[in-house]
Amino acid sequence: MKILFALLSPLLSLSAWAADAEAALVIRDHRFEPAEIRVAAGQKIKLVVHNQDATPEEFESHELNREKLIAPGTKANIYVGPLNPGRYPFFGEFHEKTARGAVVAE
Amino acid sequence: MLGSAIIVFREALEAALIIGIIAAATRGMQARNFWLLVGISAGIAGSLIVASLTGQIAELAEGAGQELFNAGILGLAAAMLAWHNIWMARHGMQLAKDARQLGHDVTSGDREMSALAAVVALAILREGSETALFLYGLLTGGEDTLATVLGGGAIGLLAGILAGYGLYAGFVRIPTRLFFAATSGLILLLAAAMTSQAARFLVQADILPSLANPLWDTSWLLANTSLPGRFLHTLAGYEAMPSGIQVVFYSATLILVLVGMRIVRIRPPATVTQ
Repeated sequence: MKILFALLSPLLSLSAWAADAEAALVIRDHRFEPAEIRVAAGQKIKLVVHNQDATPEEFESHELNREKLIAPGTKANIYVGPLNPGRYPFFGEFHEKTARGAVVAE
Repeated sequence: MLGSAIIVFREALEAALIIGIIAAATRGMQARNFWLLVGISAGIAGSLIVASLTGQIAELAEGAGQELFNAGILGLAAAMLAWHNIWMARHGMQLAKDARQLGHDVTSGDREMSALAAVVALAILREGSETALFLYGLLTGGEDTLATVLGGGAIGLLAGILAGYGLYAGFVRIPTRLFFAATSGLILLLAAAMTSQAARFLVQADILPSLANPLWDTSWLLANTSLPGRFLHTLAGYEAMPSGIQVVFYSATLILVLVGMRIVRIRPPATVTQ
């Protein structure tokens, strides 16, 4: 039993490591909340963006190389990274003036 | 008004440039304008349907629906462009001898034109559905009136169409001797650009690994946000910060299509009509 556990533990820790870190964002009144989101560098991150507005938005980031339409009232998953430490701005293409934010990897 | 003009221009530009290249590449083909119109109408109708189903599409495949849908459209369009280039490699020599030869080969020409009309429809489908959603959002958000939204949209659309027409007009001035090489070269790059974008969507949905993200960063030299960057992005798949898998897809497309063109050139078909 001990041996089995010893054999399995690296696998278990591996699967724990493989489970993606999540970071949640909300779009409200054409703004991202929080406007700056901190994530761990060197790791794949699942951004979950919840559009609480009554209008569609497009999440876009040149630095993260991502774009995704988010229908009103829905949540979108966007996988990013693994990222090098740094600041990665993103914006809502349909409301570029107000909808601005950044992922900060550290 | 300016805001809606700029966004509509951005979306229209991509589709218009693709249509400009295809219109140039199919110059002299039987019923070309008919097929282009079919493609454009189907694209507009399709984009309204896709825009209205955005939420439902996104929820498919455990939230990866939008990425799979986009990657599928891009992959299909790239396959048609690849097929066009290989087909042209087969018939190109004949065409150089007599530009009207192709017009007589109606069935073959129709099949070819319908494939390219599908590329036109798919290009409009992608950009048009985004545009429709954006304009719908402006209207329902109550920030702008119908007149300013439609006015801005019309200005943006017109500017995009002019850019596409400019590309077409420039292309048809190329001498016949170089014309086929120029158009098939551009279509090859367009196909590679599309598979690279498809790969990016599959990474975004965590279906493909990124391999390296980014593999390089040339945004200091030419940013994707600049107008030249945008042109090169649409026409040749330029990315200032590509992921490794995008470069793999891009190169693989170039190599496979070139090899395909080479093979049909070495072994010309026996069934070519004279």
